[in-house]
Amino acid sequence: MMADLKIASIGGSTNQAGHNLVPRNEAMPLDLGWVRDVRVNLSGVERRAATLPGRRTVKKDAQAAWLLKAITCIDLTTLSGDDTRQRVERLCAKAKAPVRPDLLDALGMADRHLTTGAVCVYHRFVKTAVAALAGSGIPVAAVSTGFPAGLIPHDLKLKEIEASVRDGAAEIDIVITREHVLTGNWQALYDEMRDFRMACGDAHVKAILATGDIKTLRNVARASLVCMMAGADFIKTSTGKEGVNATLPVTLVMLRMIRAYQERTGFKVGYKPAGGISAAKDVLNYQIMMKEELGREWLEPHLFRIGASSLLADIERQLEHHVTGRYSAFNRHAVG
Amino acid sequence: MSVARYFDEMSYGPAPEADAEARAWLKKHAAGFGHFINGAFVKSADDGHFETMEPATDARLARVAQGSAADIDAAVKAARAAQARWARLSGHARARHLYALARAVQRHGRLLAVIEALDNGKPIRETRDIDIPLVARHFYHHAGWAQLQETEFADQVPVGVVGQVIPWNFPLLMLAWKVAPALALGNTVVLKPAEYTPLSALLFAEIAADAGLPAGVFNVVTGDGGTGAALVAHPDVDKIAFTGSSEVGKIIREKTAGSGKSLTLELGGKSPFIVFDDADIDSAIEGVVDAIWFNQGQVCCAGSRLLLQEGIADTFLARLKRRMGSLRVGQPLDKAIDMGAIVAPVQLERIKSLVATGVAEGADLFQPKMTLPENGCFYPPTLLANVQSAATVMREEIFGPVLVAMTFRTPDEAVMLANNTRYGLAASIWSETIGLALDIAPKLQAGVVWINATNLFDAGVGFGGYRESGYGREGGREGAHEYLKPAAWAKRKPRAAAEPLPQPQPTADGFGLPQIDRTAKLFIGGKQARPDGNYARVVLDPKGRKLGEVGEGNRKDIRNAVAAARAAEAWSRATTHNRAQILYYIAENLSARADEFTQRIVAMTGTSKVKAAAEVEASIARLFSYGAWADKFEGAVHQPPLRGVALAMNEPLGVVGVVCPDEAPLLGFISLMAPLIAMGNRVVVVPSERHPLAATDFYQILETSDVPPGVVNIVTGTAKDLAKTLAEHDDVDGLWVFGAAELSTMAEKLSVGNLKRLLVDHGLAIDWHDRAAAEGPILLRHAVQVKNIWIPYGE
Repeated sequence: MMADLKIASIGGSTNQAGHNLVPRNEAMPLDLGWVRDVRVNLSGVERRAATLPGRRTVKKDAQAAWLLKAITCIDLTTLSGDDTRQRVERLCAKAKAPVRPDLLDALGMADRHLTTGAVCVYHRFVKTAVAALAGSGIPVAAVSTGFPAGLIPHDLKLKEIEASVRDGAAEIDIVITREHVLTGNWQALYDEMRDFRMACGDAHVKAILATGDIKTLRNVARASLVCMMAGADFIKTSTGKEGVNATLPVTLVMLRMIRAYQERTGFKVGYKPAGGISAAKDVLNYQIMMKEELGREWLEPHLFRIGASSLLADIERQLEHHVTGRYSAFNRHAVG
Repeated sequence: MSVARYFDEMSYGPAPEADAEARAWLKKHAAGFGHFINGAFVKSADDGHFETMEPATDARLARVAQGSAADIDAAVKAARAAQARWARLSGHARARHLYALARAVQRHGRLLAVIEALDNGKPIRETRDIDIPLVARHFYHHAGWAQLQETEFADQVPVGVVGQVIPWNFPLLMLAWKVAPALALGNTVVLKPAEYTPLSALLFAEIAADAGLPAGVFNVVTGDGGTGAALVAHPDVDKIAFTGSSEVGKIIREKTAGSGKSLTLELGGKSPFIVFDDADIDSAIEGVVDAIWFNQGQVCCAGSRLLLQEGIADTFLARLKRRMGSLRVGQPLDKAIDMGAIVAPVQLERIKSLVATGVAEGADLFQPKMTLPENGCFYPPTLLANVQSAATVMREEIFGPVLVAMTFRTPDEAVMLANNTRYGLAASIWSETIGLALDIAPKLQAGVVWINATNLFDAGVGFGGYRESGYGREGGREGAHEYLKPAAWAKRKPRAAAEPLPQPQPTADGFGLPQIDRTAKLFIGGKQARPDGNYARVVLDPKGRKLGEVGEGNRKDIRNAVAAARAAEAWSRATTHNRAQILYYIAENLSARADEFTQRIVAMTGTSKVKAAAEVEASIARLFSYGAWADKFEGAVHQPPLRGVALAMNEPLGVVGVVCPDEAPLLGFISLMAPLIAMGNRVVVVPSERHPLAATDFYQILETSDVPPGVVNIVTGTAKDLAKTLAEHDDVDGLWVFGAAELSTMAEKLSVGNLKRLLVDHGLAIDWHDRAAAEGPILLRHAVQVKNIWIPYGE
């Protein structure tokens, strides 16, 4: 597939994030015909999303392993107005040691140096997190571009991205301008996304579609496609601040678009559901959908992230139950 | 496998459903199951038995009684003894019983699901998430029909004792589809489960007895095809309801001919799955998975013929093959599989052999790489692409996980290919353009059409076929009627034997002014046509005087009339308003010539002028009634539990033959012809053999009433010969036979070629002047077949 030269020249391949295991999406010119050809049948999508959890399940050792894998994909997140330096440092400590060592030992996983996929913060705390995570290999992700509404001036968005990258963020979670989707202005969405991608340089960019705002699955599919065409490394559902966050039907549509984009361009784009995934059994359903729709590779953190804050605690309880056979309690595991 | 290894591989691992309770239940019955007759389990009269196997492992599951004719007889006697009391219970009392059954099914849901998966080999996911919930839903829904019977079906009575023969692909679900409506509406049942899968019916019998169902109301006799045959042959059974192969269905049609048993058949299919280039392709591919790899493809309504619009065929098949690669085949009790075992080795062999034929005939075979379990009957999901319409695998039902694919270019071609089959059970249409999808649905010859969906079922939505996929509906109001009969017909008496034909008297004309010769020809395609054989028959009055001559129609005349009726297809698409106008116009023109017809009836039958005039007036009124009904006998909008609707459309049968009785030569003719054309059918009418002149006089009325050519065709002659040709004609969709009992028997027997829909009177007379017995929905129901179009929606 023809690469967008401008992005390719900026992108390069010397990324320090440690998850650059596949060639980066080099983008492509906006193909409006493809965007308009997209068809999504809501009932069909819902049916697949509703029945898949009944078709696949993992039990016992397999389940423990899948939950441990999920941990490596978590973007451990704090995005609150009352965040402080020490709050972020505590989160980083949890990211480095997400599971009690005795449990890892009992699971035969002590030597795996398990960490979360990233720590995700506002720009203000990028430096703090980078320092706290030094040497761990855990990347810092910064939400950006006037997160969560994305309505600040465009040049300020680019400046915010550049500032976070300067502070050491390896990943930038941008929000798109929902108006472009709601009015069908795909060119504007494409242009905006391309600017974000270029501003990121070597940092990987996750495009947040705010699927709860753009409402229809057809909008979700088209926005996914345009953002990938413009160079998104990941497409992500939500800021966590919309009325509806990640759902399985929305996920299915985005995964199908990732697959279609790969079929046509060869580039593998990652997926990040965010918001509302707080139970271990929920995350398993997302993992199953990743594996079924995209394949084994999309279960690894370089192509799958989960934006979550409380999910880890539930997984820890399930892991302890797996080890001891007794139901666990939150207070037996260190908070993040 | 260790946690660390799973962590690296991210494979699923085993996820077995526990089977301890099911094994314990089987162990409890290790000595063998009996039949369930009159509320108790009993041994076979001759102590016969057979073994049922677990298809996933080839292991023996249970020992089951082999039913003999004596066992069937005992069960029918029990059902007969219970029927009157059961029917006399209030609808509310029966509703309580069905409600209890629904609750009991839910209470024992997991045990039923596990037993079903063990016995049939289908995945526990399907029995747990689909079969058993639908079973419970069916009993709930029909508890409702019992509750409402007295008000909603006030003019109907139960059929009586019903023999039900069900297949192995959905053992308990098919039991529910048959037993729930039968019991709800006051019938009693003798059920013969499939030989391969008798266990869930026996467990259900235990559950039903425990739930307080009265003895004799529901009986189960297990056994093989011979047991089923004994049930079909039993003289004290009022109705047979059968689900299974078209082959056996046809045998049952033949065997029950003339017995007076009513019959519903739910048979095979080769259902099209049509994907237009504006479909959501990924969702359509999931649809294919649900269409043909549901229950290992052992589904009568499986979407087994994939029709792809040419422009998307390559990408569709590429994506489908990728999808097939992620299907998992394995042990039925594994909760993470898509397909389990084929029901029996003989079925597996049939699938293998048909696939080999398909490949030999040029199909491209694709099967994903997968490891099948070593033992048991397993077959991988299979795609045969580039299959031509003449190929065996495109025409024959495979009843396995084998999809055949071909392409089309235009919507018209899609419809043509979809309908190019003897079957007509179901169809699936995929397009995101509402106009296109809703245009195609009515054009498909299928009893169930799913738009952007497949294999959706609900107790409130009728299910059943067109053409050789059988007749009758299961579910909904349309299904309830299959277990009822009109009260107005319940007390019909055999026709009085016809008076012998009078001795022909010599014509006494001398030198007076002779009558102008009015030899009637036949009426075919809107024209008066000379009979092919060029023979005429004399029509006598009761005293033996010659009244005139009519054409002696033969086989070829019927052939021509059917061809003309087939060509008049536009009538079926005409607006109901248009059809109503024409029926009123016929009435108007008949009224203008009322005196002439009165005299004709007097002359032919020797009845009084007053009675003859009354017959003409009743005929005019009847035409008005069907003008009225034409735009009022409408379908329904069902609301199944999904975001969407199912449209139950009353569609015409197509070309219908009508054999008229001798009594009421005009009113009988009108009473049968008018409801059929009001609903959009085109008819080939054989008028009263003895008194045909009212019908031949009617040519001119038809000619002056804007009736399009070919809508009504009239062939005079020997009723028996003409009825035979109509019954055997494979392009006749329905046949109504009123007259001598042997005509009914013959029509039933000879209708098996294409399983045409039949309405016959078995020689029982109807008073054509009695509106309750001879007019309205009582006949209109037989003039249509219900097509349910499922339309899920949402953006």
